[in-house]
Order: sequence, then structure tokens, then C-alpha cells
Amino acid sequence: MEQSAAPAIRLEHVSKWFGKLKVLQDVDLTVNRGEHIVLCGPSGSGKSTLIRCINRLEEVQEGRILVDGVELRGDGRNAEDIRRHVGMVFQQFNLFPHMTALENCMLAPRRIHRIGKDEARARAMGHLERVHLADHAQKYPAQLSGGQQQRVAIARALCMNPDILLFDEPTSALDPEMVKEVLDTMVELADAGITMICVTHEMGFARAVAHRVIFMDRGEILESAPPEEFFSAPPARTRPDLPRPDPQPLRGASP
Amino acid sequence: MIREFGFPELLFVLEGARWTILLSALAFVCGGALGLAVALARTARSRELRWGATVYIQIFQGTPLLIQLFFVFFGLPLLGLQLNVWLAVTIGLALHASGYLGEIWRGGIQAVPAGQVEAARALGLGYRSVMIDVVLPQALRISLPATVGFLVNLVKGTALAALLGLTEATRAGQLMSNITFEPLRVYSAVGLVYFAICLPLTLWSARLERRLLRRG
Repeated sequence: MEQSAAPAIRLEHVSKWFGKLKVLQDVDLTVNRGEHIVLCGPSGSGKSTLIRCINRLEEVQEGRILVDGVELRGDGRNAEDIRRHVGMVFQQFNLFPHMTALENCMLAPRRIHRIGKDEARARAMGHLERVHLADHAQKYPAQLSGGQQQRVAIARALCMNPDILLFDEPTSALDPEMVKEVLDTMVELADAGITMICVTHEMGFARAVAHRVIFMDRGEILESAPPEEFFSAPPARTRPDLPRPDPQPLRGASP
Repeated sequence: MIREFGFPELLFVLEGARWTILLSALAFVCGGALGLAVALARTARSRELRWGATVYIQIFQGTPLLIQLFFVFFGLPLLGLQLNVWLAVTIGLALHASGYLGEIWRGGIQAVPAGQVEAARALGLGYRSVMIDVVLPQALRISLPATVGFLVNLVKGTALAALLGLTEATRAGQLMSNITFEPLRVYSAVGLVYFAICLPLTLWSARLERRLLRRG
């Protein structure tokens, strides 16, 4: 799916250390516009760190990151500009607890796009509608279930009209019965054609929407393939030269 | 001539209490504004700012309030600033308050979960908005009981202004005690005045704390 325009995201030889620990090792990745990527791998493999580097919640020490063809500057000066096009949804929702669902969604467009209250409210209601929470717009996060909070968080990200959405384990903190409502919302977004990178262990979701599934371990991309291939090929992710301290979270997901 | 401690004398003490309240309020407002700056510096990215704010806080927490007041009252004139005692005491108390409030609010800011700042930054919000819209409303809520607790201390701290000759409640009490020779009655009245100012604040603080606990 080569396009003439710049890819949505491009990582070139990206390496990152936390102190002495190398958490990303020479990562190369190109994500095309409209592409849906699922990132998986054992905990501590660097997948969350990787997407947090894309909107510069984390700094990288080596390599280049380009978002829509614009390089993230080393000093972080253009980080705010880039974040305005890149939405992020967190494992812990991170809604602002002192604001209603509606206010959570209105804040950034008002401050950044400098739109009026009515326009911001209309936009926010539109996106709350989209995640099926228009009825809960006036509630505070503490009055909402985990699944509802995460859908508000998705609506909040959408209100900035992002080109790219990053999901950092969006269903990992949810009770099992709430996972589906969030995944369904994400599937609807994927159908709408937005570029997505999603760190998740939900392999059903990967099968349904991913164009590519990427497997990481110890800061390296070990495998990158369309889901049908990823789930059928003999997995590189069990390479014998990589001793594995924790049980493979993907077991049971393969058919 | 020895006077009775009667109604006019009590009125004189209450008159002094008016200044106690005014002094407390001024010191709290000015100290609060400065304290906010100290708290932001203390949590800033710049190492120099953090270090400067830490030293500032240590100075005001590590020395007696009375010495701080003396320092402003006798020190600033040496720098060529002629201050009347009111201004000197207000500045002294405000500086003192800024050190303490700065540290209390620093704690509040740091108690706001890191995910809140990340979520705000991920939306593209700048430092100003992250602080004003997201962090400070939560931080001040967390710090409210401690803040009111400090305000109570500040009210009582204004009594030291008596030593600089400022006629607030305590100094008014001294004057009345001197002319009535009834120190016990006079100072009981003065004590009750402070109590009457501080009790509502303490009750309010306790109520806030309960409400915060319920919510948490």
C-alpha cells in the first residue's frame, strides 16, 4: 500500500534507553495512512514505550520519528503541534475527574482550536453520540463504569479530529464484561478509516481490524505480518534463542 | 489611674481583632499568590527553578516567624526602603505564608496522578492549560484541608506583630492589661477572640476533609 504522500508514521532506527536498560532496539516501522496496526508482545517488550514515543510522551535517544512527514524535534519544540494530530487512549482512561464527560471532550478543542463554547459542545456531543454515550454527557467520570469512561476517553481524543489514534492497552484495566463495548467502539472507528496503532492482547480485535500484527520482544520488532499470516505461520515469537521468563500471553489466541 | 476591664476596653480589643483579621487576609492572599509561584517553581522542569524554590521554602520553614518579621522590619530600611510597620508586617507574613503554602501546594501538585498530565499533554495542551485546567484544580482540592490548617496558624501568627508595636488583637490586649491590671481577664478575652476567628476555619477544614475522604 505504497502511497505518494508521506506515510502517517515513520520510525527510523529508533533506540531508547531507560537509564542503562535499552527498551527499544533499532526499531524501523512505517505506518501508512488509514492502516490499522496491532502491537503485541510480552509485558516489558517496549510496545507501550514505542507508541508513547510517537507523541513524545517519551524521548528517544537515537533515530528519527516522522509523523505525517514532519520530524519530531529532539528538543521537543514541535511536540505540541504533533500531539494535536495524534490522539491517545490510555489503559487507565485518565479522564479529568473534576470535569463532566462533556467538559472532558470540550477542553482541548476550546483551548487549542480556540472554538466557541457552543461549537465545542456540539462537536463533543457528536463524538459522545458516536461512542453511544450522549445520555451520559453530564456525568462525572466517577459516575461512569470503566467501559463508559474509556469510551469517553475515545470521544475526547476524537474531538481533536486526529489523523492518528494511539491505543495503549485500552481494555486491560476493564472488567471482562466491559471489554466488548470498548472493542466494538474501536472497530467502528477502524471502519471509519482512521490510522490506528493499538497495543493490545485482544487477538480477536487484531483479526477483525488489523492490517498488520506486529510482535515485539525486548525492544525489537520480531514479526510483522497480516493477521491471517501472523496467526498461522510458525511463530518467530517462540524463537529458542530467546529465553522467556514470563508465560506467553498470546497462547490460546492462535487457532 | 486603674480602669476596670469593661465594655469600652473589650471594644478596644475587638477593634484590634479587626486588624488581626485584615492582616491575616492580606498575608494569605499575597502569600497565596507568591506561594503558587513557589509551588510551580518547585515542580518545574528546570533544575535551577526547583533548587531555588527548595532553598526559599527551607529558609521560611527553618526560621522562626518572629525573626522573619524582624528581618523585614529592620532589614528593608537598611536597603533604603522606608516601610511603615503595617506594610512591613504584611510583607513579612506574606513571605512566610508563601513558603508554607508553596510547600503544601507542591505536595498537592505532585499528588495529582501522572496520567492526568500525560492525558492533557497528549491532547496537545500547553503547560499553561495543563496547569490551569487540569492539575491545579485537582491539586488545590487535595491541599484544601492543609491550606485551611495553615491559615489557622497564620491567624495566630499575626499575634507576633504585637512585638513590632502594631495594635492588633494581642497588642490591644497588652495595652488593656497595662491599664486595668487584670491580665487574666484581658488575655482570656483576647484568647477567645482568636478562638472565635479560628474555630469556624477549623470546622470548615474538618468538613472539607470528611467530604474529600468520602469522595476518595
